[in-house]
Amino acid sequence: MRLVLVGTSHHHAPVELRERVALDRERASALAARLAEGGCEAVCLSTCNRTELYVACADPEAAERAAAAALAELEPEVEEALYRLRDQAAGLHLFRVAAGLDSLVPGEGEILGQVRGAYEAGTTGPLLDRLFRQALHAGRKVRAQTAIAESPASVSAAAAALAEQVFGDLDGASILLVGAGKISEQAARNLISRRARIAFVANRTTDRAAELAGAFGAEPLPLERIGEELVHADLVISSTGAPGFVLDAATVAEAMGKRRGRRLLLVDLAVPRDVDPAVNDLDGCYVYDIDDLQAIVAETLVGRRREAERAESMVAAEAAKFHEWHASLDVVPAIASLRARAEEIREAELRKADALLGRLDESQRRAVESITAQIVNKLLHLPTVRMKQAAAAADGVVYAEAVRHLFGLGEDER
Amino acid sequence: MAELLFWPALLLYGEAAVGYLGEARHPGTAGRAATWGVRLGWLAQTALLAVQAERNDGFPWSTWAGSLNLFVWLVVSAYLIWGCRRSFRLLGLAVMPFAAVLLAVARAGGGIAAGSRSPYSSGFLVLHVGLVLAAFAGFTLAAALSALYLWQERRLKRREATILRRPAPSLAALDGLAARTVWISLPALTLGIGVGLVRLVTDGDRVDALVAATVVTWVVWAAYLVLRSLRGWTGRRAAYLALAGFVLVVLVRLALPATHFA
Repeated sequence: MRLVLVGTSHHHAPVELRERVALDRERASALAARLAEGGCEAVCLSTCNRTELYVACADPEAAERAAAAALAELEPEVEEALYRLRDQAAGLHLFRVAAGLDSLVPGEGEILGQVRGAYEAGTTGPLLDRLFRQALHAGRKVRAQTAIAESPASVSAAAAALAEQVFGDLDGASILLVGAGKISEQAARNLISRRARIAFVANRTTDRAAELAGAFGAEPLPLERIGEELVHADLVISSTGAPGFVLDAATVAEAMGKRRGRRLLLVDLAVPRDVDPAVNDLDGCYVYDIDDLQAIVAETLVGRRREAERAESMVAAEAAKFHEWHASLDVVPAIASLRARAEEIREAELRKADALLGRLDESQRRAVESITAQIVNKLLHLPTVRMKQAAAAADGVVYAEAVRHLFGLGEDER
Repeated sequence: MAELLFWPALLLYGEAAVGYLGEARHPGTAGRAATWGVRLGWLAQTALLAVQAERNDGFPWSTWAGSLNLFVWLVVSAYLIWGCRRSFRLLGLAVMPFAAVLLAVARAGGGIAAGSRSPYSSGFLVLHVGLVLAAFAGFTLAAALSALYLWQERRLKRREATILRRPAPSLAALDGLAARTVWISLPALTLGIGVGLVRLVTDGDRVDALVAATVVTWVVWAAYLVLRSLRGWTGRRAAYLALAGFVLVVLVRLALPATHFA
């Protein structure tokens, strides 16, 4: 069986093209089943960044043509943006994809689940089954043993990570949302996913405040009342379109006096800024504006790329293990034939010597059986090991042919 | 035998101190190696203390240097409770160099050798010396947590772009943990001082400089808890107060004991 990969990704195709070949789980499963007809195996991995077809087939040319045609059926223009990989390169590619090394943001976590989903929906056999299981293992290993997925990759995730640096567990932390825009809503959702609670939504237009507050189960506030509620909030996320400061140092200082030392994190996502930078000088107050958050994201992306270098070597080692196993498949039939032939000869010779051996008692006969079996095993041990090594170095097929030729192993055993 | 156990303990604590320095620069392997250094060093020192206890017929750490040896063990024990967690590794940078130096000082002062027979009963020494040292170990850890708090808070205030690169505990965790450590340590110190004062009165001895400084230390740490509970002194102010209390601990442990132990 040979492994073939045909696909396209964000490296080769713009989103307008990718979206035309993107498939939901059901259609991906149906396509995989279609490509697997005739004794092949197939998996279709389709995400917003890639659509890739992994096919394991005895005839790689035919499999590649069928996979490319299947994608061209979805969108003829995709033909030019397709990449085609085989065997070792195709395997390594999937390992890198599962580890998040081929993603737009290195180490992003979603891809691992998407690879698992594609594997479960695919039509797999021994080859793709092993390939995907090992790739998923490699993806998990990279995330566990490197810091590639630890740092935030967006402004809203950075705000949430900062909140954790200040408060630790965000369970029950109270958020005051100032301004009901899309950006602050996004940041708030990130914090909610960490079990924080939106307590208040303040906005210049009360209708929008009420709408967003209703969605979060929070209390709507007019902007004038922010100062009062600052006493109760742990976190302020601000993104109004106001031309000046919405929160000045005096207002925050007054609120801090009533908080009995409780810390306050203010995330200012607005341009121009909503929070007076002087607030950061107050004891227990931490102010981060959009530039600060973007600098953190840029820094963490550098960190992710640095970790990606470590991850690459881990992934390469895991892919090499798969390749060794895959390559050994080429020589396994020859090894099995060789051992069967040796065993056949041993048994035939023992039968010939039956007249002589008949004089031996049962334990002596068993000893002869054991000695002859050991001789065969010892003779074949080194050739077996060498053939497996050669298989890993791509000489496997040549060695297998040589063994078949030298020992006269039948063509039907291939 | 004690000598044989001392060197591995010192070397492993030293290795941990260096490892934590490496962890501060590049988080990862150095931190893991340092944590193992602390664990193994602690085991070696525990064995050292066991050998000393077995060799002495009584409480073997009644001398100044001997009590320093026990103090180091208590500090490292307290650190090990949290120190193995990844986010608390940086705390080791404050604790382990200190532990390694004090252990070397304890040896130089004869704290590893067999202690001389104390005129006091073992029961009294365990209660008095043991409790006071345990409390001081707790205060040392609280001070280390406070130092880490101030470092982390400064980074947050300065809005460093690298703030998320090094795993560090949250401000709330550091502040809360320091307070909890003081809550456990202060009653131990109270009891330890109480036992000592009862013996002082019974024997008709005079209050020396160490006793007076220990009482002042108690007052500072008690103030830490009172101000925290009643006036909301948390965070930076509490951390500075903890460091002030630690200066007194150092003074009591290192500068004044000669008069008391004499």
